[in-house]
Amino acid sequence: MSAATTMPAPTAPDSVAATPVVTLLKRLQRLVTINPSTLPTAAAIVIFVGMIIFGEIAYGRIVQYSTLSNLLINNAHLIVIAVAMTFVILTGGIDLSVGSVIALSSVAGVMLANSGLPAVLVVVIMLAIGAAMGLFSGVLVRYFNVQPFIATLSMMFLGRGLASLLSTEPERLADDSPIRALGTQIKIIDGPKVNDLVVTPGVLIAVVVVLVAFFLLHRTRTGRTVYAIGGSENSAVLMGLPAPRTKLLVYVVSGTLSGVAAVIYTARLGIAQNITGSGWEMDAIAATVIGGTLLSGGFGYVLGSVIGALVLGLMNVLITRDGGIRPEMTTIITGGILLAFVLLQRVVIRKRE
Amino acid sequence: MSAPSPAAPAPSPVVVWLRDLIRKPFFWGIVAIVALLLLNVVKDPAYLAITVNPANGNLVGNLIDIMRSSAPVLMIAVGMSLVIATGGIDLSVGSVMAVAGAVSMEFLKYAGDSASIGVAFSALGLALLVSAAVGAFNGFLVAYVGLQPFISTLVMMLAGRGLAKVITSGQNTAASNEPFRWIANGYVLGLPVVFLLALVLVIAAGLVVRRSALGLMIEAIGINPRASRMAGIQPKGLLLTVYILSGLLAGVAGIFSVATVMTVDVTRTGSQMELDAILAVVIGGTSLAGGKFSVGGAAIGALLIATLDKTVLFLGVSSSATPAFKAIVIVVLCLLQSQRVRSWFTSRRASGGPGGGAGTRSAGDPPPSGGGGDGGADPGAHTVSSGDGAAASSPGGAGLASDVEAKEVAA
Repeated sequence: MSAATTMPAPTAPDSVAATPVVTLLKRLQRLVTINPSTLPTAAAIVIFVGMIIFGEIAYGRIVQYSTLSNLLINNAHLIVIAVAMTFVILTGGIDLSVGSVIALSSVAGVMLANSGLPAVLVVVIMLAIGAAMGLFSGVLVRYFNVQPFIATLSMMFLGRGLASLLSTEPERLADDSPIRALGTQIKIIDGPKVNDLVVTPGVLIAVVVVLVAFFLLHRTRTGRTVYAIGGSENSAVLMGLPAPRTKLLVYVVSGTLSGVAAVIYTARLGIAQNITGSGWEMDAIAATVIGGTLLSGGFGYVLGSVIGALVLGLMNVLITRDGGIRPEMTTIITGGILLAFVLLQRVVIRKRE
Repeated sequence: MSAPSPAAPAPSPVVVWLRDLIRKPFFWGIVAIVALLLLNVVKDPAYLAITVNPANGNLVGNLIDIMRSSAPVLMIAVGMSLVIATGGIDLSVGSVMAVAGAVSMEFLKYAGDSASIGVAFSALGLALLVSAAVGAFNGFLVAYVGLQPFISTLVMMLAGRGLAKVITSGQNTAASNEPFRWIANGYVLGLPVVFLLALVLVIAAGLVVRRSALGLMIEAIGINPRASRMAGIQPKGLLLTVYILSGLLAGVAGIFSVATVMTVDVTRTGSQMELDAILAVVIGGTSLAGGKFSVGGAAIGALLIATLDKTVLFLGVSSSATPAFKAIVIVVLCLLQSQRVRSWFTSRRASGGPGGGAGTRSAGDPPPSGGGGDGGADPGAHTVSSGDGAAASSPGGAGLASDVEAKEVAA
């Protein structure tokens, strides 16, 4: 998949996008030679641009307002959980519970909203459920030294089980519920026919999450501690950084952001079910890894994870457009891409050593 | 370290046996099984009754049902205990079950002949071959490429289910073949074939790893891969073998579970079985940090899970909620294995009675992970990700540190 998508990039000098692509490639090349650990992120950007060009040539109607804004609208929740996963993976941990937390949070939220609770309160409760689940795995990791993937795997099953206890039927959000307002489409540019640039409040929330996460990770003491833990936890502790506290914090952040994703997803779809979000943990991990965050922690970029999430979203669009690939193949392809990027990381780490 | 205290003058063999049993890490698993069965008896006094079906002489009863449903868990628990002993994890077992089920059902459907034993054996062979291939892929990534076990098996956990869907084109394939159905539904000597088969495989696996040096070598990898290589063990080949074995056993489990209904449900066959397997292994007293395993303990854990499943169903709770109960159990067990909780126990013990902390610990400690106090339960001590300064910060650090040291020396 990755080989097929990177190929079109150099063979597209006849299109309009040729000159910016060439300059972009040159800049990326310079960046990678200075710092080899940016190679995966650079590869992700190249693949994303390559996929857009390939899609535009092969299927058409990719570079247009409606397709691109739908890409954002349909993947806003994925972007949010990819950002959440970035925090955890940067510390060298993992959070396998994001999908289940979304299931629990959205089922509980829809049921509460339908029972007549005010929308604002429901949203707060949905976030609080996510934060509580995150706190639970964080406490297990921080205070009891449980391996992160075991702690979050238990939370994954706990969340799914609790969601099933609440309801095993698809829960439908009432049509007049104010939560649905977060999923309404707002036209920004009114193009010809349906080719409009639209956003939803959900997309805006995702953008805000990305910006805040970017600021937090790159500009604050807490953010730098997150990177330091991933680099070497012992050194971080010896340097006097609040490593244990930050380790707990990243899981709370991840849980809360899963709650945010639940709000965005539920508002867009209006339906919550106990099986919502199964397999999303792999999508989030894949997005993060594609975006250049090392699974061993210490290196990575929030914006890279956003690109990773968009690569996955675009892949789904292309698979649907193609029509020749069966939808069952999607998880296999995602798994393949994830594997390819993990292998790329090994190469990068070897090179750095 | 697990030598009995010489204080009592020549106790009777029964007492010795009982005392040894209580010290076994999976003793609490047995206690839990008995407690669950008692709970069922309270609800229905005739729960444990086993009757003989007059038509065919087979035994019928809830205990027989538990035995039959425990077979798949028994298989994957044994495979998982070996993988965890190497310090790894296999999250793909549930998906491998689905793949094995999908392969065998598709094959039987196209082969057609519903009475042929040859066709049944071909389906078995093909399914096991594919499961072993998936296991080998995991093993290759872990042993030769050097990926973290959980990430390579996580990819297979999700891609494997996609593979099963591709094999059956997203359908829930059903097929009919009498010899194949007999595996899960037949009886020998009045007992379900599937349970006897599982028992034979568990005993065979236990004998192979414990009567040869294989088990020791697997544990050596889990304790310290580098040291094991210097001691002349080939960690790569052995790791590959262990993952292939785990894949094979998961394939057997998949065949067991689809043969019951002769239908593969690509989204639900083997779904969340990885949690069952991990839970069984942890109940059996195996530390998730690796370096130690007990096939017998894993088997007891698997039986406990089967009992728990049936009990939850019997008490009328929705079966899709059982993962929540299991997750709580696994969290509690992980807590009992953690240094912090253990140090609470030891510090309390040390301040209460005479003798050093380490001494009282090895004399017989209540947490199920105790394992005769051989210090095997220090999660994270051998993993890169969590080998942090928690030992230094915990109050009972000194005693625990000496324990770890003793283990390193013993290794």
